[in-house]
Amino acid sequence: MHYTATGLDNRKIAIWAFIGSECMLFMSLISTYLIYKGKSVVGPFPHEAWTDPMTGRVFHGILDIPVTSASTFVLLMSSLFMVLALAAVQNKHVPKHTTGDRILGSSRLWLFMTALAGTTFLGFQAFEFTSFVHEGLTIRRNLFGSTFFTLTGFHGAHVTAGVLWLLTLLAIDFKRGLTAADEMVVDMCALYWHFVDVVWIAIFTLIYLIR
Amino acid sequence: MADPHTPAPVIDPSHALPPAGESTAGHAHHPDEKPHPTWKQYKWVALILAVITIAEVWIYYIPAFVASRLFVPSLLIMSAIKFAIVVMFYMHLRYDHKLFRVLFTGPLIIAITSVIALMFLFGQVALRLQ
Amino acid sequence: MTTAAITPHVTDYKTAGAYTGQKGIWSWLTTVDHKRIGKLYLFTALFFFMVGGLEAVVIRAQLGGPNRSLVSAEFYNQLFTMHGTTMVFLAIMPLSAAFFNFLIPLQIGARDVAFPRLNAFSYWVYLFGGIFITVPIFFALAPNGGWFGYTPLTTKAYSPGINIDFWVIGLLILGVSSLAAAFNFLTTIINLRAPGMTLMRMPMFTWMSFVVQFLLVLAFPVITIALVFLLFDRFFGTNFYTVTAGGDPLLWQHLFWIFGHPEVYILVLPAFGLVSELLPTYSQKPLFGYAVVVYSGILIGFLGFGVWAHHMFAVGMGPVADTVFSLTTMLIAIPTGVKIFNWIATVAQGKLKFTTAMLFALGLISLFTIGGISGIMHSSPPANLQQTDTYFIVAHFHYVLFGGSIMGIFGGIYHYFPKMFGRLMHEGLGKIHFWLTFIAMNLTFFPMHYAGLLGMPRRIYTYDANQGWDLFNAISTGGAYLLGVAIIVFIWNFLSSMKRGAIAGPNPWNAPTLEWSIPSPPPEYNFAQTPEVHSRYPMWDQRASDVDHPKVNLTEGKSPEQMGIIMPYNTIKPLVVALGLVVMFSGLIASRDPATGGSKPVLWVMFAGAAVMIGALYSWLLSPLEPEHHAH
Repeated sequence: MHYTATGLDNRKIAIWAFIGSECMLFMSLISTYLIYKGKSVVGPFPHEAWTDPMTGRVFHGILDIPVTSASTFVLLMSSLFMVLALAAVQNKHVPKHTTGDRILGSSRLWLFMTALAGTTFLGFQAFEFTSFVHEGLTIRRNLFGSTFFTLTGFHGAHVTAGVLWLLTLLAIDFKRGLTAADEMVVDMCALYWHFVDVVWIAIFTLIYLIR
Repeated sequence: MADPHTPAPVIDPSHALPPAGESTAGHAHHPDEKPHPTWKQYKWVALILAVITIAEVWIYYIPAFVASRLFVPSLLIMSAIKFAIVVMFYMHLRYDHKLFRVLFTGPLIIAITSVIALMFLFGQVALRLQ
Repeated sequence: MTTAAITPHVTDYKTAGAYTGQKGIWSWLTTVDHKRIGKLYLFTALFFFMVGGLEAVVIRAQLGGPNRSLVSAEFYNQLFTMHGTTMVFLAIMPLSAAFFNFLIPLQIGARDVAFPRLNAFSYWVYLFGGIFITVPIFFALAPNGGWFGYTPLTTKAYSPGINIDFWVIGLLILGVSSLAAAFNFLTTIINLRAPGMTLMRMPMFTWMSFVVQFLLVLAFPVITIALVFLLFDRFFGTNFYTVTAGGDPLLWQHLFWIFGHPEVYILVLPAFGLVSELLPTYSQKPLFGYAVVVYSGILIGFLGFGVWAHHMFAVGMGPVADTVFSLTTMLIAIPTGVKIFNWIATVAQGKLKFTTAMLFALGLISLFTIGGISGIMHSSPPANLQQTDTYFIVAHFHYVLFGGSIMGIFGGIYHYFPKMFGRLMHEGLGKIHFWLTFIAMNLTFFPMHYAGLLGMPRRIYTYDANQGWDLFNAISTGGAYLLGVAIIVFIWNFLSSMKRGAIAGPNPWNAPTLEWSIPSPPPEYNFAQTPEVHSRYPMWDQRASDVDHPKVNLTEGKSPEQMGIIMPYNTIKPLVVALGLVVMFSGLIASRDPATGGSKPVLWVMFAGAAVMIGALYSWLLSPLEPEHHAH
């Protein structure tokens, strides 16, 4: 192994520094959402109903908690799949005896499941965005629309990047098979993926649940 | 301790396809790192996360609780627990080198402090002194 | 322990026809060598420094007397906006980056940075982003909303033209460069230190750079988001800064200054690091209170995130917020003052050598102190309300940024020029440069204190006579012309010394740190053998066991192949990725809306840029950094 001052891999230090930086990125987005909460001049609003004084049209609180709870659950489970994918890559050399061992040890399966869960989450988000637009909330409509779509859109873009990263790893796995030597590459992707997940944990509570 | 006279970095020959990064450092575990958790812990972590999420959504549908003073603090605490569990176990920060803890918690503290400061500055939260 | 794979022949020192490194333009476009990238940063940043300086000279010519009409009010707005933007993002930060690149690996005994190709990428993004944001001024289309870009002035409603778009997109591009470089140097400093180079043995420049990388990593995401909001407002009709939709104009100010105040330390801490190398060298005694200087640097960085709203006392945040930010601002003066006393104590009773570099270092101490003191003056909100948006503030931050950053960087250039180019800069011309700069700098900026206290506002393109400002403005303008002369002397000295300067030798100043243990200029591989470090000042207190290393590491004129050292491949890919990124962003403004004259996105340009970027990125990530090497 190449000498490093801490004995750690350069890439892992860089990815953690990157995650630290992302904390400030999402801090800015979440702060803006919270600062503008309740400051929109016109509806629709996240939770409360609003009647348009010009047309008399009633807009109900727009957030769909059951649907978002489902997508939140899918994203949480994707984190489980991701740790299993990493463990499978780390334990490539360990002999598998039972069917259970072989399933748990399949990095292709778990990378695929993680990417699938991420894509499902994005599907939920696409559904959510289109139904909001149909209900009259666009990114231009009011402050809530601007801050909501920008914040969750940024998160969705991070999920998209993560899915592409996972699919790249999956392609490498199919092409030549990931080995324990690739642990660091998968670990970096996993750290990024979990970070995107914890950001959603914060968003789900701060934006969807707290009224 | 590696040999300080080594004239060049050494690529692990097992890299049939080079890694998606620049470093050539290997993958040996650092002595400070404890072994990562396994499936046995992972499934429990997932279960706890699921249970907390269910609890969060559950209380959202209890109008009396939503109206009470406990609603927001309990949601914040529950999501903080979820956040911490994922970071500690799934991101295995609990088992890793302390440098990574510094690299993550430092920015996180500055970020959380900034959110709170901005909430005060824009009047979204206020301290009542009586 | 194996012995070194090759035994270098010290006797081969400077044989005829010795290897002198790669040549040709292609080798510069594809380089991943931190020293060459450092030089690219240095030349590019000096070029932009002159562009920004030229803009300042035009500004001063316009303000030299009352009611002058050299430039229009509109063009004046573009001039002061681009002067600030250029100096902050295209001159001082990259000048610091030139030193990060060139020095950090040498100071910590490393072969290169942690991610050499990412390092090249940072430079190319900087170059293309710099060109992107600078070119419009030649067509009188430059950004015109101030370097701070306050909303709602910079929103589409009040700035419908293309000008602000260049600024928003240009800063987003430059942010990518700064962030990529920050992750790289952070990792380099943490992980590539030579054996024995503990954190508390690191040279002070590396330490201050370390703090700066943290500031970059934490501050740039905030400006990125603030700019994204502005971009969305301008292009997609969102309401972040639209007051009629309930948007708060203060949001921009808060986000901007959460970035902007750490940015001030990003600009000045590298210069502090440089003088902390220069003063011990030219006093021939260790830095006084090394640990205290380190901790005060960390404290400055940390507190830097808690003082941002002192830029906004005038907007009326209320007594509690004013008090808190006033107190934190006064608090931050303490670690800064500690540094100044440490420098003075370092110089005290030393064997002083008044080289040009030393003069610039001493100049920093005196001039930065003036800027620091006027800074404490406006940390008090009542005083601040009198001074804000007047020339007093202009005087203050020029004493901090010119008197601090630029003086430190000039000192650093004179000090490290021999290490970079193997030749000494001319001391006589250097001293002329220093005295001209020192005198002209004070002539330019000191009268601004008076003009400001007499009520002269910032950013006005002209003024009426007999308000008591005429004399001070005339002196300032004279000083600015003299500064221009000083820069010409410097550039002449720089270019002629590159060709004709005296041969420097490895350590012309008897400096104490590792970079002076290798030839000047250093070979591509820096250290033939990785050094082992036993103290903070390895060149001053060498031990018997160290004696081999300098000898081996002084081997000159050998190619890496002759030394058996594997170097990274040159590659054009980082440049292509950077180009794709900039083309992608340029697509946003590739078309005009005939109705409003504003810019319109052209999707195919953006997709083409993105495709080039992603394709080249994949190709980069899937290709090896360096030739396969089998362990011995």
